[in-house]
Amino acid sequence: MEGLDTKFAALADPTRRAILARLSLGEATVNELASPFEMSQPAISQHLKVLEEAGLIICRVEGTKRPRRLAKEGIEAMDQWLGMLHTALEKNYDRLDSVLAGTNTQKKGKKR
Amino acid sequence: MSKMTLKTEGDTHVIVTRRFAATPEAVYRAHTDPKLLQKWLLGPEGWSMPVCINDAKPGGKFRYEWTNGKGAGFHITGEYLEVNPFSRIVHVERMFLPEPTPDNHVETTFERDGEGTLMTIRMTLPDEKTRATMLASGMEHGMEASYVRLEAMI
Repeated sequence: MEGLDTKFAALADPTRRAILARLSLGEATVNELASPFEMSQPAISQHLKVLEEAGLIICRVEGTKRPRRLAKEGIEAMDQWLGMLHTALEKNYDRLDSVLAGTNTQKKGKKR
Repeated sequence: MSKMTLKTEGDTHVIVTRRFAATPEAVYRAHTDPKLLQKWLLGPEGWSMPVCINDAKPGGKFRYEWTNGKGAGFHITGEYLEVNPFSRIVHVERMFLPEPTPDNHVETTFERDGEGTLMTIRMTLPDEKTRATMLASGMEHGMEASYVRLEAMI
């Protein structure tokens, strides 16, 4: 629960979504991530920290560099949840299909 | 195959679309007639809506109560802002879990689409955080039960 809260909260920021979109292309360093944004490195680092704490990205240490990449499991957890939401809503609407099939035989609505 | 789409838009919107093989009149009625609502707006298996009060007119209120028959339950209350029969409904709603969630502003349209109807639900939350919380903690009717199930999974 806590995991999903922080994940969706982390996504509620356009810059962080853009960072994730960039990382979907592959691993990137802070410098590489900062360049498309008119934003200071510390500001980007702050966003990265939020994403990391939410379990959406992973940091790797390579000498003095710390490249980030997407955390597959974290992304999948959200994906799975949205899928479940989708399924539950769809179930309601499948039921509505049946209700409509039942009412359809009644008087049709007037034509436009 | 899926007839429904669910997507986020901007920072505060959630858009759901669904097609139905019935007239806009019929789909509209199924969204406003309490007897019909109780037949389909149930969420996960095993849940039912014993209380469905719905006064579909501008300024009218509604209240839906769900239960799983095992002591768990929650409810939604709301008010209608605009009601254009068979084509458009605008309402606000909040979910009690048991604390009320911030108001969700919902515009639902029913458009003729060939022989059927295209329904579009546009939800607007007060801010990014609220939408994030809603998406994370159960947004639609009956979602709380799914959420509890997911908690057990992750």
